[in-house]
Amino acid sequence: MSCKDVNVSRRSFVGQTATAAAALTVAPGVFLHTVAEAKPADQAVTSDVRWGMLIDTAKCASGCTACVSACNTENGIASHNRPRTDQQWIRKVTLRDKQTRHEISLPMMCQHCESPPCVDVCPTGASFKRDDGIVLVDRHICIGCRYCMMACPYKARSFAHETVDNTVDYVPRGKGTVESCTMCVHRVDEGGTPACVEACSEAEHGAMIFGDIKNPNSEISKQLVEHGGKQIRADLGLNTGVRYRGI
Amino acid sequence: MKKIHLEQIEGKSSGYLGLIALLGMFILGAVGSMLYMEHEGHWVSGMDNQIVWGLPHVFAVFLIVAASGALNVASISSVFQKKIYKPLAPLSTLVAIALLTGGLMVLVLDLGRPDRLIVAMTYYNFKSIFAWNMILYNGFFVIVGVYAWFMLDRTMKKYSRYAGIAAFGWRLALTTGTGSIFGFIVARSGYDMAMMAPMFVIMSFSFGLAVFILVLLASYKGTGRPLGDAVVNRLRSLLGTFVFATLYFQIVYHLSNLYATEHHGYEAFILLGENGGSTYSNIYWIGQIILGTLLPIAMIYAPQLKNCRMTLSIASVFVILGGMASMYTVIIAGQAYPMEMFPGMEVVSSTFFDGATTQYSASLPELLLGLGGVAMSLIMIALGIKVLGFLPATLEDSVADPHHKVD
Repeated sequence: MSCKDVNVSRRSFVGQTATAAAALTVAPGVFLHTVAEAKPADQAVTSDVRWGMLIDTAKCASGCTACVSACNTENGIASHNRPRTDQQWIRKVTLRDKQTRHEISLPMMCQHCESPPCVDVCPTGASFKRDDGIVLVDRHICIGCRYCMMACPYKARSFAHETVDNTVDYVPRGKGTVESCTMCVHRVDEGGTPACVEACSEAEHGAMIFGDIKNPNSEISKQLVEHGGKQIRADLGLNTGVRYRGI
Repeated sequence: MKKIHLEQIEGKSSGYLGLIALLGMFILGAVGSMLYMEHEGHWVSGMDNQIVWGLPHVFAVFLIVAASGALNVASISSVFQKKIYKPLAPLSTLVAIALLTGGLMVLVLDLGRPDRLIVAMTYYNFKSIFAWNMILYNGFFVIVGVYAWFMLDRTMKKYSRYAGIAAFGWRLALTTGTGSIFGFIVARSGYDMAMMAPMFVIMSFSFGLAVFILVLLASYKGTGRPLGDAVVNRLRSLLGTFVFATLYFQIVYHLSNLYATEHHGYEAFILLGENGGSTYSNIYWIGQIILGTLLPIAMIYAPQLKNCRMTLSIASVFVILGGMASMYTVIIAGQAYPMEMFPGMEVVSSTFFDGATTQYSASLPELLLGLGGVAMSLIMIALGIKVLGFLPATLEDSVADPHHKVD
């Protein structure tokens, strides 16, 4: 066996091992809970679960917008080429530490707080939090006052500044109301994964893990126990459902 | 004190009819603007996802705050038993109700879904300060309306003091609620201070009284009814006191912020115009402090101008313009300053303007909507004094205050 043969087989071995390791890492977050945690459609959501996300900024590639594109496609969000007034449910932000100059990239969206300021301030109760921790806007009773946008510390909400003409059935939206990330609740209720998480995995970054943070056996819980997960603006004590590593 | 007669104005002069027509046109302009913004969507306004409350809210909040302050004269007469203000108490209630109506009109017509007003009236989230305010606004109409009725109806007059005391308490709650809309927002550096509530109360005293003085002077001049210096000069010094008190609250507000390092960025933004805040800083210093506060104080307290009504009118106009500037500073600059989401980090790139100061320029429809609210207030006052006897037939010194000494 020549040196060249050895190198090829070693490279192949390393590659296959890495693929297997990646699959084992990503799979529980993306696929396994799908089978384990799907609930019947007629069963109400409960506070026995709390859906959350863990985002690893070290894995989030600068310049990659797979999560944003997937969210837009999934929820029928189209740009009118007016960045100031276009809706954005998820956005990519690149940050630089003022001292160390270290740069990180991360997706920002509704943080699905346990104590959401948007829900507190909404006069009609259109902003609400489900028992499973997902924060939503009931766009049938939203009057478009935008107080929730004033109150959200994450600028996670957008106002529909113009006619919404490419809605999808499972995401009712309309001009004059406020909207934000639903954590793809239509998928989650059927045991699925949010589109952004799926896209991140498909783009082979695996920077986003979705799951039940109350279930100690879920992948997200294990990751949180092992590596921790910080909240953005933890000082506000909102106990966000979306956590980050590397911020 | 001689008996005071309250009389309707005739309201047939060409000047009066012209005023009604002009105000009506402004109201139509506001309705047209609303229809345009609702049809096209709010993208045609200057507001966006960063400045979610714009010029309409500046007008609306100003009018709502001033509504409470316009009740000063009635409160002083009923609660504090100052007889000189008693003849003007009914007018004070009319101005208060009119200003609140104008403010709410703007607020409602700017909603994304104004057609869902009924939803706002039937679905309440009692943790929301907005929901409290809806109760406070509606209650204000009822309580102040009843108060006006008790004052104007001879059979009910004996209860008017109690209604006045209730209205006094309610108006303080109303302005506290309005200030708390901003004071309880933890997310933004310019807000998040409980002091906003009492600051709004004291601002209401000042803005509302300035509007009341202008209405009083204009209606007496317009109708040719006698108005003595006794009443006018009392109101003049009262306005001066309130403008001073507002300045005091401003100083305490900024000193509190300057003491906390986390707010230094916002203070540099608003006071020094740093970080792209030069426009907002100019509006603050030139509009709110110099023209809206220091100039009126000088005009009110200059001994040479003591009995000059033109000076008092101009001072009142500047107090109102300063009030608008202060609302602009609170509402617009408070949102324009970038939200501190990542302490210690700078934003390299974001598609959603994170870390960037927003430069807001109001659109014509927003301005017309705001002016329509002002016109609605004024037309209600003009029609009110024609339909009911809100205005004393005479307020010459011998009637208003027989002990008044001319100096």
